[in-house]
Amino acid sequence: MRILSPHIVAALLLAAATASHAHAAEPKLGLGVEPTAEEIAGWDIDVQPDGRGLPAGHGTPAQGEAIFLEQCAACHGDFGEGRDRWPVLAGGRGSLQADRPEKTIGSYWESASTVFDYVRRAMPFGNAQSLDSDQIYAITAFLLNMNDVIDDPEFELNRDNFTAIKMPNADGFYDDDRETAERAFWRADACMQNCKTSVSVIARAVVLDVTPDSKSAPGVD
Amino acid sequence: MSEHSDPHTRKTSRRRFLKSVGAGGLVAASGPVWAQSAIGTPNAENLPPHVADWSKYPGDGVADRPYGKPSKFEAHVVRRDVEWLTATRQSSVNFTPWHELDGIITPNGLCFERHHGGVAEINPTDHRLLVHGLVDKPLVFSIADIMRMPRVNRVYFLECAANSGMEWRGPQLNGCQFTHGMIHNVMYTGVPLKTVLNEAGLKPNAKWLLVEGGDASGMNRSLPLKKALDDCLLAFKMNGEALRPEQGYPLRLVVPGWEGNIWIKWLRRIEVGDKPWLTREETSKYTDLMADGRARRFTFVMDAKSVITNPSPQAPLRARGRNVLTGIAWSGRGAITRVDVTLDGGRNWREAHIDGPVFERSVTRFYVDFDWQGEELLIQSRCHDATGYLQPTKSELRAIRGVNSIYHNNGIQTWLVRSSGEAENVEIT
Repeated sequence: MRILSPHIVAALLLAAATASHAHAAEPKLGLGVEPTAEEIAGWDIDVQPDGRGLPAGHGTPAQGEAIFLEQCAACHGDFGEGRDRWPVLAGGRGSLQADRPEKTIGSYWESASTVFDYVRRAMPFGNAQSLDSDQIYAITAFLLNMNDVIDDPEFELNRDNFTAIKMPNADGFYDDDRETAERAFWRADACMQNCKTSVSVIARAVVLDVTPDSKSAPGVD
Repeated sequence: MSEHSDPHTRKTSRRRFLKSVGAGGLVAASGPVWAQSAIGTPNAENLPPHVADWSKYPGDGVADRPYGKPSKFEAHVVRRDVEWLTATRQSSVNFTPWHELDGIITPNGLCFERHHGGVAEINPTDHRLLVHGLVDKPLVFSIADIMRMPRVNRVYFLECAANSGMEWRGPQLNGCQFTHGMIHNVMYTGVPLKTVLNEAGLKPNAKWLLVEGGDASGMNRSLPLKKALDDCLLAFKMNGEALRPEQGYPLRLVVPGWEGNIWIKWLRRIEVGDKPWLTREETSKYTDLMADGRARRFTFVMDAKSVITNPSPQAPLRARGRNVLTGIAWSGRGAITRVDVTLDGGRNWREAHIDGPVFERSVTRFYVDFDWQGEELLIQSRCHDATGYLQPTKSELRAIRGVNSIYHNNGIQTWLVRSSGEAENVEIT
């Protein structure tokens, strides 16, 4: 019987101990420099559903409305209805099974943190990362008020009460289930000969209406 | 088929065609395009027994084209957009002209673009990648640091989850450039993502990463740590040269087989966390709304898909007799193992000939050589991948998902080829 050397045993034990992060055993290259806390803070702008990442600050829907009309309404419309093809921000509740669903913050978005995170990083379009924390709280509060998630226009949103907000469609999502729901697509029985008796054309691209400025036309955003 | 004999007429009509396509993006509604393509009537003075000018006089010298471009006769081979799809061209998409390409590699200048805040123009000297969160030691890397790490070369497709997304309710756009042009396939040079994560050292509770771009949209997505440690790359080269600005120069994330949106461009930050962030692009967008009003999320993998690129609405058949049918197939779950083609609307299928390298999670090229005597054709391709998945029909997809899921439409595409050789986007029984 072969006896393992103490070195090999030690290596195996180490490998087992670090199996969950196998890379941890790899030697480091010694590249990169450690950032200061201030450097991290300048870029660490994300917000998580449980509120981690929310900055100090506060704002009300009433305050947010004034900012929205000045900074956002040119594209999104005074009532969040979306001008031209810019995103619609409000309405659409109960439309997700409709022929033409209206996916808005109120009708579709899963977490209120997404509103804060997105406005903070990407809005207003053309001048991103220009709003301060109070302004972002206020705009977020206004958008939630516009979608009947916050009723009181004087409600002061801050990081202590943020996670109490539940979005109307929070339970409307489930993780990718294609490997079970679409199991039938894994199949080896592809027909090669005499697979159909007749074939006819049922739809043609030139017949369908793809009006260029139509809001109901398909989009990729 | 008829051809214009007057070169002047031919040039004018071609120019008009290109202009109309450039303005609206749609080619078919305005009539046949086959007479107006790049292949026209030759100038007899350039044909034997005559001697053409290029055989008599020297052309440009080596200093005239320090960065080479395609022939001027290929000027119609460009990315195109469909203006009505999006609110602004800074947050929009254009499409790769697959009907003009062959082999498996997409030239850098023809790789489709999708970005949400325009193209960031970043001096690599000023670019940094911050890695922090649930790590032993947060680190900042310069591009020079990353280029000192061990490198790999890999060929992968990148497909937008919304590729063919306009077609859920039925055929809409005439041209594989528009129906299937949100995919490109290049060779990346880069370093494994796990290398930089190892440098920082992961905490035991690390499960997800937030990956974030440095562009004006601050594009951010949650990436499962398992995938990050498996095969993700930080790429700085594509097809041998630096990433193009519109593809994320100087640094982009490569997430093999997964939807393009998570391949963060202009990558500036990775935060290690324990749960997904539910960013806008993984809840409001890139979730797949089902007929029951609920939505699938984290549908990362791009399922097996194929399309015939020639003939197609932008690339009609031009001659009777011998012809080459070709197309591309790919799967986010592994290698393409087989492609079947039908010319008669699915009554009978034949196995296509695959040529060129077959890589996992890469575009694969297929061909069918056939004779055509002007009969009407209904052509389709369907592919099989290494996991045993067979590309479904659009009807089969709709039966499960409805018509409002926008993303992940990998259904079988049908082109109707008329006796004129002209092709149209259709659906059949």
